[in-house]
Amino acid sequence: MRNSKLLRILALVFAFAFALAACGDSSGDGDGDGAQSSDDDGGSEDGDGDDEAMAEDEGDEAMAEDEGDEAMAEGDAVTIDYWLWDENQLPLYQQCATDFTGANPGIEINIEQFAWGDYWDGLSAGFATGDVPDVFTDHLAKYPEFIDGGQLVALNDFVEADGVSTDNYFPGLADLWVSPDGERFGLPKDWDTVAIVTDQATLDEAGVTAEEFAAAEWNPDDGGTFEQIIARLSLDADGNTGDSADFDPSNVVRYGWSGQGIGAGTGQVFHSSFAASNGFEFLDTNPWGTVYQYDDPAFLDTMAWFRSAIEKGFIPRPELITGDPDLQTGLVASMTDGSWKIGAWNGDDSIDSAVFIPTPIGPNGSRASMFNGLADSITTASEHPEQAWEWVKYMAGAECQDVVGAGAVVFPALDSGTEIAQQAHADNGVDVSAFTTHVEEGTTFLFPIAGQAAEVDQIMGDAVTAVLSGEADVDALVDANAEVNELLAG
Amino acid sequence: MTAGQLGANDLVADAAVPKPPKRNREERALDGGWKVAFWFLLPSLLGFLIFYLIPTIRAIRISFTEDSLTSRNPAEWIGAENYRELWSDDRFWDSVWVTLKFVAMNIGSQTILALILAVMMDRLTRSLIVRGILLVPWVLPNVLVAMLWLFLLDPRVGFVNSVIESLGFSASSFLNDSTLVVPAMAFINTWKFTGYTALLLFAGMQTIPRNLYEAGALDGSSEMTMFRTITLPLLKPVLALVMVVSLIGSFQMFDVAQTASGGLGGETGGPSGASRVIYIYIYENAFLFRNKFGYAAAMATVLMGFLMFVTLAQLRLLRANESDLA
Repeated sequence: MRNSKLLRILALVFAFAFALAACGDSSGDGDGDGAQSSDDDGGSEDGDGDDEAMAEDEGDEAMAEDEGDEAMAEGDAVTIDYWLWDENQLPLYQQCATDFTGANPGIEINIEQFAWGDYWDGLSAGFATGDVPDVFTDHLAKYPEFIDGGQLVALNDFVEADGVSTDNYFPGLADLWVSPDGERFGLPKDWDTVAIVTDQATLDEAGVTAEEFAAAEWNPDDGGTFEQIIARLSLDADGNTGDSADFDPSNVVRYGWSGQGIGAGTGQVFHSSFAASNGFEFLDTNPWGTVYQYDDPAFLDTMAWFRSAIEKGFIPRPELITGDPDLQTGLVASMTDGSWKIGAWNGDDSIDSAVFIPTPIGPNGSRASMFNGLADSITTASEHPEQAWEWVKYMAGAECQDVVGAGAVVFPALDSGTEIAQQAHADNGVDVSAFTTHVEEGTTFLFPIAGQAAEVDQIMGDAVTAVLSGEADVDALVDANAEVNELLAG
Repeated sequence: MTAGQLGANDLVADAAVPKPPKRNREERALDGGWKVAFWFLLPSLLGFLIFYLIPTIRAIRISFTEDSLTSRNPAEWIGAENYRELWSDDRFWDSVWVTLKFVAMNIGSQTILALILAVMMDRLTRSLIVRGILLVPWVLPNVLVAMLWLFLLDPRVGFVNSVIESLGFSASSFLNDSTLVVPAMAFINTWKFTGYTALLLFAGMQTIPRNLYEAGALDGSSEMTMFRTITLPLLKPVLALVMVVSLIGSFQMFDVAQTASGGLGGETGGPSGASRVIYIYIYENAFLFRNKFGYAAAMATVLMGFLMFVTLAQLRLLRANESDLA
């Protein structure tokens, strides 16, 4: 008998819940989740629901106006929220913001910095709830999906109206941010390439000179002089180097080379410079390709060489690769890393003296480095797109890029900024030609830009790790390639 | 009219239903009990409603759409398409398989260890300190436990490996080894929950009348025989409950995998997806791929249905509501 009573109560509760859930879902789909939740609360007529959503928006505006109260006297001051992830660049952009507000008293810039992982989680959550910054630092791997979601403002009209030239940037950089429909979603701020960072003390100990390392040639058949050099840099527990017959690959204490991270199929700081110097291209067309080419023998042979070098004990097994600590603790003698880390490695006390070596010359007769660039994008959720554009334009301009260049953290997208950065590095006694040679010699290739990058990364990442750890044959990459192409086609 | 019906009427339509003029004491007591109980239940009912039921219903609805976390466009209704895709998604079935392996190892070791511990607590020592110590791992937050073992099991700086190496064996990167990662994660979970499970079983053992053991002892039965013929059968209802609860918890394991799988600096769910349990795959689809929110909801719905089925089956198989004592 008691059960029947309980059932009735439960039935009531369920009915109530269904009613609420139905309420929440039936309206406001187009307005995003924020509007939906306000409808949930009201549960009244349509008109009321809309008013509530409106009220929310007005509330936000009121907040923004409150913040700018003092500035109100000078005009309509607005605050533009700006996000970036690199803490090393935070003070530089803070300086840009101060200069910018000095020149545009009506616009305040509020900069927030988050670590890489938190940054993208925060943006995803923000896009779902409408709580995103007006402007944010965008990445080539991420922005196609943001376009699909209608989250980014096309800048074409702004660019035309203000007569901003997109030709002044390093060749190709500006076009990376143009969609297949010709819409521009970002203005470039910097570029990066990769090189091999090593410790002068380790080179001296192994009797390898920076010059011969820089002249190294690599091929997927026997690894060329590059393999010979990383063999000499490898050391087993008994003190045998990798070129000795007594070298024990199962008991290595120092591996000759590694990457900062495997990086799935992209392998920006791992396999990409090798594969590309062997003639490999990620996509049928890049940017905006629709077919990945990971089944190309140029790629498969490269990965087979990596596997063989891992078995020989010259490159650490995938499970040992953790990033910076590998070089800092001496587990590896050299490591491919990006130009954004020049300053960090140069100031790192755990190594004697950082030396930057260009990536080896491959079978196609030249070196290769992935060329990646960041840009600033404006969100469609921004209430002040005009002011946001002014800020984006300023960051993409010489004034700000020269400030950023002087900070010697990244290479700005404009010539003048990069020259300043090179000079700043030279003043610090750092030779960065290993990174800049790629733009000078035209040996860069583009980061693959195509849809569903995160899922492609997962599929290719699983396969690449399996191949490198010896759990799967290189044929696994052919299967994975078929899978990602199916994904892109579907 | 019985007491039960009366109470329901009081709740649903107090004024509409005429009450009988007089009630005996028993009826009144039951009635008043229900009213009081309702108010006591209300806060948790509301919590259940707001944080479980409504989100569940919305998630089921989302599972029929092509929803994306980062899209401003309205989610398109695509019917059962997500479920059809699920059926042919090898990665989903891989993650189910990984989860099943994890659950089997985790629940198996955890239940057996907990049972041994509970019997020892019941028959050997009743020390409060021992019981307190057993609960320590359970009190620690999951992420902390995962971090702890992440470092202990690390191939280079980990304590476990330095012990293994001092014994003359070679070090192993447990959490970044495709054959060892699932057993390692099951071990971490077992380490965390065994004490708590043991305590629940121990509490269950307190309901077994002592005189049965005395009779057993008089008849000259060994501890093993008494465990098999007295403890185990009479513990069945509690054991069933504990198994159901820990099984559901084990299927829903996320934090340990998110924190520890792949090892220090390794990829979550790695290496090569060897530790990609179903909740990690759901998380990846919803928040990492972002454009597959509806698909993730479909997976979560399937998992919920599956867990409901397993729970019912388990309760039925163990006939949990019948104890040999009753």
